[in-house]
Formats: sequence, structure tokens, C-alpha cells
Amino acid sequence: MTQTIIEFKNVTKSYEETQVLTGVDLTIEAGKFYTLLGPSGSGKTTILRLIAGFSSATSGDIIFDGKRINDVPANKRRVNTVFQNYALFPNMNVFENVAFGMTLKGVNKAQIKEKVTTMLEMVQLAGYEDRSIDELSGGQQQRVAIARALANDPEVLLLDEPLSALDYKLRKDMQYELRELQQRLGITFIFVTHDQEEALAMSDWIFVMNEGKILQNGTPVDIYDEPINHFVANFIGESNIIDGVMREDYKVMFAGKEFENVDAGMRPNERVEVVLRPEDLDLTTPENGKLIVTIDAQSFRGDYYEISAHDDDNNEWRIQATNPSVLNSRQGLTFDPEDIHIMRFDESEDDFDARLENYEE
Amino acid sequence: MKNRLFYFIPYSLWLILFVGAPIVLMLGESFLSISHHFTLANYQDFLGSGTYLQMTFNSVWYAFLITLITLIVSFPTALFLSNLKYKQFWLLLIILPTWINLLLKTYAFIGLLSKDGSINHFIELLGFAPQQLLFTEASFVLVAAYIEIPFMILPIFNSINEIDRSLINASYDLGATKWQTFRRVILPLSADGIRAGIQAVFIPSLSLFMITRLIGGNRVITLGTAIEEHFLVTQNWGLGSTIGVVLIIAMIITMALTRERKKRGRK
Repeated sequence: MTQTIIEFKNVTKSYEETQVLTGVDLTIEAGKFYTLLGPSGSGKTTILRLIAGFSSATSGDIIFDGKRINDVPANKRRVNTVFQNYALFPNMNVFENVAFGMTLKGVNKAQIKEKVTTMLEMVQLAGYEDRSIDELSGGQQQRVAIARALANDPEVLLLDEPLSALDYKLRKDMQYELRELQQRLGITFIFVTHDQEEALAMSDWIFVMNEGKILQNGTPVDIYDEPINHFVANFIGESNIIDGVMREDYKVMFAGKEFENVDAGMRPNERVEVVLRPEDLDLTTPENGKLIVTIDAQSFRGDYYEISAHDDDNNEWRIQATNPSVLNSRQGLTFDPEDIHIMRFDESEDDFDARLENYEE
Repeated sequence: MKNRLFYFIPYSLWLILFVGAPIVLMLGESFLSISHHFTLANYQDFLGSGTYLQMTFNSVWYAFLITLITLIVSFPTALFLSNLKYKQFWLLLIILPTWINLLLKTYAFIGLLSKDGSINHFIELLGFAPQQLLFTEASFVLVAAYIEIPFMILPIFNSINEIDRSLINASYDLGATKWQTFRRVILPLSADGIRAGIQAVFIPSLSLFMITRLIGGNRVITLGTAIEEHFLVTQNWGLGSTIGVVLIIAMIITMALTRERKKRGRK
């Protein structure tokens, strides 16, 4: 089942002076939902364009189905793209847009008609064949773009921030639909986004990118629970990141106190960063707290209260609580040893994985 | 609302005085005989005479040739320009000649094409006898096309330039070759520019008269030449106006033929 379909080997890309990708290695397996996640300018769209064939790598190899495709033009690659602005042809109606790829191949009319009908049904736009593009809403254009790309029977579907122009509710719906579509069709999806929530909700596998590098890749749960460095921890979800010292295996010191934790494999007394997710923190009475904090502010977020507080060491803490607290009161802060995640400075992903394997056995 | 109308006063005055009134006067004049009586004779003369119909045909034919040549030169140029890095700069260079007076450019061509001109010097240098270049149909079409080219390039360039780059990528992405992308995406999406360019070139070309004289040496007689002749030489304003009316009708027909059509549904 796990057959590699796309591989990047030490791929770099530069535009004149600026390097947008530095030595990217990645492996994409057939039939999964992948997400390239990162802020704008991180190089995620560049990777997509390299796979689609809209730009060429400065160095390195791009392998598709076992063959190097660096020099294969875009129209010969078995991938199709859903563009950020949809890129539907304004001079054609919905039918002609979806049929575009097939008419180029010279598929016969009856077959085209059947396929277009199936595709439009799939994206819930049955009966929209004769509409012109400017009559459609953003969400409908999005669906036409997906139908047009899938009508070409690609092995890999590339999606370049396709949901970013939609409003919140529609975006949520489309996330479910895309995920469902991918699982039903079994086609590999490579989805580009800067929205971490979207990435976590949809993906089998996430590549977190920044400044032209893949910082970490893994399942959504792995990346959320065990971010490799400050950037990833901050980018994926909300985090409390505090400086600490790893006294010895399973013992970490921060905020002036020593805590039991579940990380190991570091040098004694190594300086580290400690991550605690706001939803893992609980407020309690001062006697029961592992730390004592003073409440600075709180805001109601619908399903929880976001509380900000500081401890006696003047570290800022963000806490998500189901119940409101009292401003300026002193409260106990509690968490479990498993909630503490340790990040070493400048640890590469390979070293991180190796260390994890070492002490987990 | 009142304020906005107020700002429109200067231009509406201009329109009434220099566009509306002349057309009305010309229409009126076209129904007057030389002795200032109402008559339909001018139209009878025009439609009944082989010479005028020939002239009309000439005007349309040469305007068509000029437009065609301009289009053949301009479209690839505009396409090429839109892919350049400093495209606005190159476009400026192409537009630049339009800032120079038309008459000056025409005289420059006389210098180039005349019996004793640069081109003939060059031909002699190659060892051939000098050719008659000036006062030929070919030189007329060439110079007219030269002068009109920027007016064709500009609208076509603008429409190509407005095509979203991702549409072209989408076409390749869906398997189209360069030619298919051109035929199915770039060409249809630049149609508005082509139409605007045709209007901007064909209509003025119908009534060229200075170039017909200076470069064409009156070998090509168009409606423009005829109007000039009737107003300035024979003083038959009535017939001159009639030809003017015919020209306006020709322009309206051209506009109607090249107007933007809302395309809907399947072919």
C-alpha cells in the first residue's frame, strides 16, 4: 500500500540572489493527504510549483513514480493543480472548464459529457454545466476548479491554499469535503496552507516549513504534541514556551522549581526550552498548584476562557479554562508530567527522532 | 448630483460645439446643392457614379489591408512584449513615435523612399538599379501601417497583460501544449484588445488623405482624398459632406461589427 510516488532529493531553488528552498528532502506516498504548512515565503508554494512543473529546481532531483521529472514539462506530468485564485477560464462556461483537459486529449464527446456530469455531481454542482464563471460564488468556483483538476484523472492533486478566499463557515465545510473526497478517491493530495488548524484537521501527514526548509514532518498528533523547536511549537497551536534546564533524565527545572517529566537523552544540566500547551494547564487552589500564578487578564472565547497570568518568576502563562477566574487573584497552576515537552536548541529532526527512539525503548 | 453635472459642463460644451454641431451641419450640407437649395442630387451623384463607389471600395480595401498588416505585426509583438521583464519600458519605446507629429514622420518617409533616398542608395550599393518606391500603393500601405502600429499594439498588449498568469499555468497543467494554450486561452482572452485595436486602426484608415497624397502620390484615391478635394478645390461642399456622411456610416458599421459580444453557453 505504501508506495512512494514523489520524492525530493536535496532540492534547492533560487531566484537570482534569493534562495527560496534549501536542500529539501521529502517523500510522498501514494493515496495520502499531505499538507505543506508554513508562513508566507516559507517555500511551500515553491514546492508545489516544482511538482506541477511551473518552475524548475536549481539543483537536486525530483522523482515521480521512480523517474526523474526535473525536465518534464508541466503538460506532460500526471499531476493537476487547484489554484489559489481558482484560475478558471473566464471565456468558457462550467462545462467547458471541466472538459478542458479531456478535449485536449481528444476524448469523444459522449465520454466527455458523462465524465463532466460525474465530476460536477461529485462536487455537488450538478446542473451547473451552462453557467458562466462570473455567475458563480467563490465556493462554487472552488468546486469547479476541483472538478476540472480531478476530471484529468491525476495521480496527485496539488492544492495551493484553495480555501483561503472563502469565509470561515464555508472553509470548514470544504475542509470536511476535501478530506472526504480524498479518502473516497484514494488520490494523493498535497495541500498548501498557512492555516495550522486546517492542516491539523485534514492531513495524514504534515510538513512544517520555514525559510525554505522543512523543519519537521509527521502526523498532526506528533507535530502538535512533540514540536521540534520554538518555531514549530509557536506556529502549531498556542504554546507556553519557557526557558529551563534539564537536570538529568526525567527531571527538568523551570520557573524556579524542579518537575518530573517524561523526556530524556540530554546532557545533564543542558539548557532547554519547555513547552506547555494552554489546554493542558489547569487552575486550582494555591495549595494544590505546582506553580503559583497571578491572573492578569481573561477573555471569553465561546467554548473556553483564555486566561493570561504570570508566576513569581515573571514567566507569562496562557491557560485555557472552562470556568472564569478572578482577576489579580493568586491561583495554583497544575499539569501532568506528560504535558511537559522539552525542546533542545538546534536539534535537527533526525537527531530528535534518534533520541526519541533511544529512550523510548 | 447637481455638482457632478456642473463638472460636466466644459466637456458637454465641447461635444456640442465641435462634435454635435459639425455633424448636424454636415448632414444638412449634404442635402444642399451648390446654389444652396434642398436636393438629393449629392446622394444620387455619389451612388450613381462608378468613380465614387470605386473610391469607397478603395477606402475600405486599403483600410482593410492596413489593418491586417498592422494586426499581423502587432499581435506577436504584444505577446512578446508581455513576457519581457521590463515590459512597460519597451512598450514606452513603441509608443514613443506617436508623440512625434504625423506630418514630420511622413516627410521622413519621403526622405527614405524617394528616388534619391536612403533605401535607394542602399539598393545601388548592392549593385542594383534604383527603384520607384515612393508614390506606389505598397509604400502607401507600408507607411500607413507604420503609423498605425502603436495604436494596435497598445490595446492588444493591455489585454494580454491582464491575463492572469495562473490561467496559462492552469492550461499547461491540464495538459495543453503551447499552441493549444495560445488557441484556447490567450487568443480568446485577448479578443477585446484585438477588437479595440481594429477599431483604432481601421476607422482612421478609412479617411486617410495626407499619406495618400505625400506617399501614395494620389495613386490611391480614397474617400479622405475626395473630401479634401471637394472642400478645398472644387468647393462642392454638398458632395463633400455627402461623402463625409458615408464615412460616418462606414464607421458605425465597423463599430457594430467589432463590438463586444457576450458569449454564453456551448459552441
